[in-house]
Amino acid sequence: MPETTLTIHHQVGLHARPAALFVQTAKQFRSNIKVVHGAKEANAKSILSVLALGAEHGAVIVVRAEGEDADQSLAALTALVESDFGEKT
Amino acid sequence: MKTLHGIAASPGIAIGPAFRFRQVDLRYGRYTVESADAEWARCQAALETARKQLAAVHAKAEAESGAEQAAIFEAHILMLEDPDLLEMVQKDIEEHNVNAEAALSDATEKYAQMLEALDDEYLRARAADVRDVAARVLRILLGVAESPTAGLATPSIILATDLTPSDTVMLDKSLVLGLCTAQGGATSHAAILARSLGLPAVVGASQVLEVPDDTILVLDGREGTLLVQPDAGTVALYRERQAAGARVLAHVQQWAHEPAVTRDGHRVEVVANIGNVEGAQAALGAGAEGVGLLRTEFLYLERTHLPDEEQQYLAYRAIVDTFGDLPVILRTLDIGGDKKLPYLELPDEMNPFLGLRAIRLCLARPELFRPQLRAALRAGAGRNLKVMFPMVAMVAEVRSARSMLEQCRAELLAEGKSVAEEMQVGIMVEIPAAAVMADRLAAQVDFFSIGTNDLSQYTCAADRTNAQVAWLASAFQPAVLRLVRDVIAAAHARGKWVGLCGELAGEPLAIPILLGLGLDEFSMNLPAIPLAKQIIRSLTLEEARQVAQAALELDDPEAVQALVKERMPLPAA
Repeated sequence: MPETTLTIHHQVGLHARPAALFVQTAKQFRSNIKVVHGAKEANAKSILSVLALGAEHGAVIVVRAEGEDADQSLAALTALVESDFGEKT
Repeated sequence: MKTLHGIAASPGIAIGPAFRFRQVDLRYGRYTVESADAEWARCQAALETARKQLAAVHAKAEAESGAEQAAIFEAHILMLEDPDLLEMVQKDIEEHNVNAEAALSDATEKYAQMLEALDDEYLRARAADVRDVAARVLRILLGVAESPTAGLATPSIILATDLTPSDTVMLDKSLVLGLCTAQGGATSHAAILARSLGLPAVVGASQVLEVPDDTILVLDGREGTLLVQPDAGTVALYRERQAAGARVLAHVQQWAHEPAVTRDGHRVEVVANIGNVEGAQAALGAGAEGVGLLRTEFLYLERTHLPDEEQQYLAYRAIVDTFGDLPVILRTLDIGGDKKLPYLELPDEMNPFLGLRAIRLCLARPELFRPQLRAALRAGAGRNLKVMFPMVAMVAEVRSARSMLEQCRAELLAEGKSVAEEMQVGIMVEIPAAAVMADRLAAQVDFFSIGTNDLSQYTCAADRTNAQVAWLASAFQPAVLRLVRDVIAAAHARGKWVGLCGELAGEPLAIPILLGLGLDEFSMNLPAIPLAKQIIRSLTLEEARQVAQAALELDDPEAVQALVKERMPLPAA
């Protein structure tokens, strides 16, 4: 199963707006996508679970995807996180 | 034009349409349903209606205040559609035949608690969003029309019977120009909230609920009046006064960060009353030289469990860190009586203001008190954190509380944790017995902080939330001012310092008197800080002493205020 490791550079971490963008992006894909932060694992399409990861500024997360569009979903989520959730131009 | 009279609760002028705040009841029963499928369908229908409502709210917010402000509703919509949450609700209904209201509340509450358990202050605040979303669906399931403020679309003057702390959470502050309540006195929750937000307010205006929505109003928070349907000339006059007031505030704001030193070189501390991390950051911006009152109730309210030591430690530490070396005074838990926590199951009392509350409750329930003391000791390590105990009536209470604090310190040291090495310990002086015994109490503490809101109501035996008698509980009562004088004198005689964290500290007409009585520290709501500092800088200690002396020889609060008004004109722009 493809996976990628990302660091949250956004100044407030995976909070309301970044988390919403993350979940909205994940929901565009059919794959089953998981986010792991420390000992916690969340469904990437569940905003409540993603918020409950408590991924603050500087947190390292692992994203795993399983399904036909797994690679595309990881690419899209990586681009989102690396662009600092669209705040970096 | 009609003029309604109430109690002046928060200064300033507001001009705008009336909006009536109406209460809604979201209590629901828990029952077994016959058809789980039908119940899940009912739940899904309610979720869909909620989603449509939120989409409309989101579009409106985006148009009015931009994408950034509207983003929170986007998150609300995602919460409604959350697959993990919906699965939990559906499973509960299908496996246990639980009604939708109960299944939904249980599931959302589970997530709210999960978020509350996080270290990050901002993520914890998202628990309120989950509950907000749940309340929206509950309203639909229960057929309760809408939220008390759903119709609030343009900036308005809010009219209400009274506002509880949880009601005010629901108010979108950007749409509130001012507040007017039918009940309550100058120190009721609505009044305190208005002052902390810098919103003009009048309370105890009994006829205010007869005013229909959208009526144009002029609210004068300094005079305590509400003008209903004023003519164009009157509106123009008040607009000019509003502009003049704004000019004075802008003027004093320039020097908000300068120290408060009188013209003859006497310096006092001007610090803030705050209740959370956001307040801490705002306080620094407003020119506060520290915190004179950190209310810790925010950690306990709107929760379903007691916050544990670690949660408290992180919250306190975040606040102390904001202030660096500046002092922060943490007031230990002040609940019981009228301020209740659902999970503590405190019995109802005939007379909550005279009941088992604050330090009395904490001493009776060490399991409640000890985690807070331990968290405070740890948060104070290497910082300037002080603690104070509320509602002290006698010396024995201070001894017990201090000994519990020392026990906690010894335990923490034994556990190898770092703790505050020297932490100043003080008490609130808000019970007349404590004021009278100030000389004895001074020997037990490092400082006093006078709480004039409670001290006035206990001294005058007048309930400040009862509009009929609230006027009696004025902190300008010479009786209260004489107690303040005695407390300061008793403390100074023993080399201890005295602060004041009641509303009086930020009241322009009281500042000269308090300064003259020798008060060392003035702790107030943020909006009052710049003007308070400017007033202090405009005076000499000697003239303040003379005014204080004269004020103590007067007969009533009105005479005291008139005297200060006459002798010490407010700084003008």
